[in-house]
Amino acid sequence: MHVRVRAGAVEDVRLEIYEPPRFFEAFLRGRRHTEPPDITARICGICPVAYQMSACLAIEAACGIEVSAPVADLRRLLFCGEWIESHALHIYLLHAPDFLGYASALDLAREGRGRGLVERGLALKKAGNAIMELVGGRAIHPVNVRVGGFYRAPARTEMAALAEKLRVALDLALDTVAWAAGFEFPDFHHDHEMLALVTPGQYAIDRGTVASTGGLTFAPAEFEDYVIEEQVPHSTALHARLAGRGRYLTGPTARYTLSGQWLSPVARQAADAAGLGAECRNPFRSILVRAVEVVYAVDEALRLIDRYEPPAPCYLEVPPRAATGHGATEAPRGVLFHRYAIDADGLITSARIVPPTSQNQASIEDDLRRFVADRLDLDDRQLTWQCEQAIRNYDPCISCSTHFLDLTVDRG
Amino acid sequence: MTGQDSPGQRTVVVGVGNEFRRDDGAGPAVIARLRALQPGDASLSGVTLALSDGEPGRMIDLWEGTRLAVVIDAVRDSRMPPGHLYQLAVDALTGVADGAASSHGIGLGDTVELARVLGRLPARLTVLAVAGRDFGLGTGLTAEVAAAVGELVEQVREIVRR
Repeated sequence: MHVRVRAGAVEDVRLEIYEPPRFFEAFLRGRRHTEPPDITARICGICPVAYQMSACLAIEAACGIEVSAPVADLRRLLFCGEWIESHALHIYLLHAPDFLGYASALDLAREGRGRGLVERGLALKKAGNAIMELVGGRAIHPVNVRVGGFYRAPARTEMAALAEKLRVALDLALDTVAWAAGFEFPDFHHDHEMLALVTPGQYAIDRGTVASTGGLTFAPAEFEDYVIEEQVPHSTALHARLAGRGRYLTGPTARYTLSGQWLSPVARQAADAAGLGAECRNPFRSILVRAVEVVYAVDEALRLIDRYEPPAPCYLEVPPRAATGHGATEAPRGVLFHRYAIDADGLITSARIVPPTSQNQASIEDDLRRFVADRLDLDDRQLTWQCEQAIRNYDPCISCSTHFLDLTVDRG
Repeated sequence: MTGQDSPGQRTVVVGVGNEFRRDDGAGPAVIARLRALQPGDASLSGVTLALSDGEPGRMIDLWEGTRLAVVIDAVRDSRMPPGHLYQLAVDALTGVADGAASSHGIGLGDTVELARVLGRLPARLTVLAVAGRDFGLGTGLTAEVAAAVGELVEQVREIVRR
């Protein structure tokens, strides 16, 4: 991250983020149309399900296939597992130590009460892990997902055992919201246009129409008409903007703002009790939104399990045809868009992946510009620490690292 | 594949890494070789062979309650030539974190320390590491690291026999 200061004012803030999906796009060309779920799952160890699901939706759209409602429900359940895992990791091991004044989760765990908090986070995360293992076949890079559905549908008895774990996790998730509600949040707000999938009547996770707080609504197939990615000189990551409008923000706070009215009653009550209003424009409060989303994901998983019948068949054959398909899902970090063109033999001729982190980059830089401007009296070490916190609000892939920021300040 | 012994008697071998990040795939490559050997190798009987992306919660879940955990990972170490092998007992791991080449930033050293603080270390933990050369995007190990996979497999077999 580079900051240029002139005459006591921030003149420029640039964030350089390394971006891997371009390699995968090239790697996908010439592969069979059945392969992207397995290949793209390797892009991210924390959100492989989102990559798999966006890939499946896009390829199924290209081939004119729509999976059955029970298969779609099983996908949504798997997605809940990923949200629980990813959010619990971020809340407890990365984000909460910032608010509690610890350098890392390790330092937090060394304190008397901190140990119990880290244990609670790991236990909550493990519930998500259990969903991933049962429905996805394993916890990392799930192997049970295929274009058209699943290789194997879990038995009802297996689901019953999973529900036992989730009922315990629901209490942990509710405790997490109440705990995070007590943090002190810096008074900082943004005015970015926020963008997320919406599925009226239901909190969007596994599919939806793209919508924004500025009133935009469009189908995933129109994504590239509305979202423009462009090179910027200072970063290998492309910057996304809405055509004719500018920067925007995707992720938990955008989802909450656009779909908060469709949270389940228990998640809605938790959000209200935590003081979250109808929208969330303070990025530091994203930890609270993630905690509410964990409550929702656990609750939603229990609802899906309660009515679960193993889908039969558990997958549809998806014969290829020459066409282009688009898919978008809500990864834990925001909207994840995939587009594939395949030929009549089922070989991929082009692929495009737009991950949430690159969509948010312009908004993160804008936040940092204003954030740094109020903190120019800090020395570089203090400023680095606070900027890391500000970036961590957005949970970009780079924030997996506890100390990731290489800050240079040119003070003129 | 999963060990059938009671908790406390189990042995787990964990390959850490991502085979789409060149030499970061060394750990998974060792696990693949061990899986091929396991059916006919008495020393590997009942040993759990697992893959991990290094994420701390799942790592701790994999090794908690085991008699022995062997973790295989690739590391960046500019002081050593690619393919150089390391064998570290748990007490020697403090400070390894910065050298871990995981695609995510919470290093193995921090994970071990976190498990120690939480009282969730295995009874015995050995880390086998190999110095990688290329951690960029792409599949396939560089020649030096590929050449070390056989020796890593032999070291695992020797350790689990003890």
